[in-house]
Amino acid sequence: MRLRSRHLLGIDGLERSEIDLILDTAESLAEIGTREIKKVPTLRGRTVVNFFIEPSTRTRSSFELAEKRLSADTVNFSASTSSFSKGETLLDTARNLESMAPDFIVIRHSQPGAPHFLARHCSCSIINAGDGAHEHPTQALLDAYTIRRHKGGLRGLRVTIVGDILNSRVARSNLFLLSTMGADVTLCAPPTLMPPGVEKMKCKVTHRVEQALDGADVVMALRIQLERMRAGSFPSLREYATLYGINRERLELAAADAIVMHPGPMNRGVEITGEVADGERSVILEQVTNGVAVRMAVLYLLAGELGREAAA
Amino acid sequence: MPAGKSVRILDASSIDRALTRIAHEIIERNKSLDGLGLVGIRTRGMPMALRLAAKLGRIHSAEPTTGVLDINLYRDDLSLIAAHPVLKKTEIPFEVDGAKIVLVDDVLFTGRTIRAALDGLMDLGRPDWIQLAVLVDRGHREVPIRADYVGKNVPTSRDEQVDVRLKEVDGNDEVLLIRADGAGLASSEPAEEDRQ
Repeated sequence: MRLRSRHLLGIDGLERSEIDLILDTAESLAEIGTREIKKVPTLRGRTVVNFFIEPSTRTRSSFELAEKRLSADTVNFSASTSSFSKGETLLDTARNLESMAPDFIVIRHSQPGAPHFLARHCSCSIINAGDGAHEHPTQALLDAYTIRRHKGGLRGLRVTIVGDILNSRVARSNLFLLSTMGADVTLCAPPTLMPPGVEKMKCKVTHRVEQALDGADVVMALRIQLERMRAGSFPSLREYATLYGINRERLELAAADAIVMHPGPMNRGVEITGEVADGERSVILEQVTNGVAVRMAVLYLLAGELGREAAA
Repeated sequence: MPAGKSVRILDASSIDRALTRIAHEIIERNKSLDGLGLVGIRTRGMPMALRLAAKLGRIHSAEPTTGVLDINLYRDDLSLIAAHPVLKKTEIPFEVDGAKIVLVDDVLFTGRTIRAALDGLMDLGRPDWIQLAVLVDRGHREVPIRADYVGKNVPTSRDEQVDVRLKEVDGNDEVLLIRADGAGLASSEPAEEDRQ
């Protein structure tokens, strides 16, 4: 059992067996995070460049922790500290990074496809940590891992995703992953925040949150960005909260043992009330904990593929 | 059945006798089983550890706790082998600090698996001491490691293969010595299940 590529560019194209392998591996690695000394020597001498052109605290520190727990050496570049802000092209930056002989580049970029571009030009392994509104594969994997821990599996589960589907890479990656694994996905958003052509994807689509929540096993709220309101996608945050916000009354419509998720950062009182976010059904902080184990699994498995290609 | 001629060197009852003898030796050598934990190395060290614990329980009334260790994160050949081995869980349900641990594995060969297992255990805490029990010692050590309890010493040549089959994993109990039959067995790339 192994992954077919040395890159993780997206969930789209991953097979069910590969997703299972990553989640099972994460399950085995999770124990390291509970040790007193949270470190194993597995990736000793490997170098990881964390190349974050878009702001991120959660994902970047999660990757960095995952790398450190596997004993890899890490270097961080962010938008403000790199020459990128001085007008260097992505290709030049990539070539310069590559000249330092890293084994991995973890990239977060506002342009969809930036990781794929790097993968074509670099000989190291590329991990997509979020590219524009395209994909955020490790977020979908940690969501799936969290769901699996609570529900035992993904097949046949009713998962409802509510929020800015149009601009969300998290929604996209989750939809690819959950439909591949046989879950039953419902997307819910105002028509202005729903991507065109969504009805062709393997999911149900609704604009009424009550309908979306009815009987759901998993409720995932997505962040609503203030910029979208300015762009005219909806009249006001208060109206969004009234029509689409996940609150206690609405959660009653979901299954009795439904869990509530959010990829962060949250706008309390907009897409989710503080009461629900801190409530007993919320697994939002568990998602963060699980993110480290899932990213360790991705690094471990991709490092194996790098070794395979070097041996070939 | 793998290629090459195979000879059965232990059958079910001799495996059972070997484990019974090891259980007695563990008691004889350590007098008390207080604070003793058995840790089986995946895959076949785990059922062996469980069997040993049951035997110790019958002889000594109190059954020692058992745990299981996956050594793949500690292998010394990760950068050499193609594709990383599938990871399974490490589960040690007792405090490793101050514990008395008997490490259990099926075959002792180069000793590299045991080296990895020792590193893995030490990362979990500081045991009082660690002893090693194996079903078969086939020689050809590459690091200075020896077993405290051995079911059977089997002189082998390097290109032979020792196959331990246990009911819990393989459906039956036996140990086979498989003679090299030309190419294949002497591969420099160990398979996933191979002992290092």
